[in-house]
Amino acid sequence: MNLESLLFSIFAILTCVSALAVVITQNIVRMAFWLVMSLGSVSALFFLLEADFLGATQLLIYVGGTVVLLVFGVMLTASGPYMQIKTSPAEMFLGGGVGGLLLLVLASSVVSLDWEGNVAERLGKESTVAIGPRQSVNQAGATGRPLGLAFLGLRTDQLDGNGAPLRPGYLLPFEIVSVHLLVVLIGAAYLARAKRRVEPSEDTV
Amino acid sequence: MDSAGLNAYLFVAAVLFVSGVVCMAVKRNAIGVLMGVELVLNGANLNLVAFSRYTTLGLDGQVFALFVIVLAAAEAAIALAIALNFYNNHLTIDVDRGNEMHG
Repeated sequence: MNLESLLFSIFAILTCVSALAVVITQNIVRMAFWLVMSLGSVSALFFLLEADFLGATQLLIYVGGTVVLLVFGVMLTASGPYMQIKTSPAEMFLGGGVGGLLLLVLASSVVSLDWEGNVAERLGKESTVAIGPRQSVNQAGATGRPLGLAFLGLRTDQLDGNGAPLRPGYLLPFEIVSVHLLVVLIGAAYLARAKRRVEPSEDTV
Repeated sequence: MDSAGLNAYLFVAAVLFVSGVVCMAVKRNAIGVLMGVELVLNGANLNLVAFSRYTTLGLDGQVFALFVIVLAAAEAAIALAIALNFYNNHLTIDVDRGNEMHG
């Protein structure tokens, strides 16, 4: 067993156990803690998959941003110091049963498929790919520059024989997503604005 | 060939997805439902990156995973604003109490 498979098994078990703990625990603050554990382990899996920029982004945005936002939501909406909204055991049992069946279906289909054989077959068909996936740019794990160029519309990772890119860039989706993020943040600030400032003025009138 | 192949990553992603779906279905706290959504999106991200590493996708999977991360951040912000409005109106964030729509 080499180091990579050892690290993979550690972080995979941590991811799965933390995700199950998010479902099982009833305290909302402990749920946030287990969510942090699960998302951090997923970012470690991203690093193992040689997606270093994506792993760093996952740590920054998810663990550092989204979960902090959720914890602020918990604090702003807690009516008591130890707020717990219980799920009834019957619902928990039903949800667990349906989830177990769904996991059975997904896992059996995932495990029974021969992905490596399919990939080899596709590699045989796509003979125009000069650089295989293992020898590509992201072999070294330095994906920051190719990702940035792909967002600007230039692909440097998969080239044909003449050096022209085989796959398209992503300039237009990048612009759409950036405008979308701006609109959503303005909308969120509008929705979550404090409305209680209006009430004292009504008393004076 | 690595010992941790594509199937192992897909299995971890399936566990994340199912945990998120059950969390969305079972939790009565609105913030808990949001956490379930985050788990589901992370399972999808893990699938995208694993396919980008083990097949001929190249960087396409990582680009789409970045899009998913940005959209998840936007979704968390807007859903949290809605949850705060719901709390201001109902003084609770139990989603079972949200069966009436009023201003």
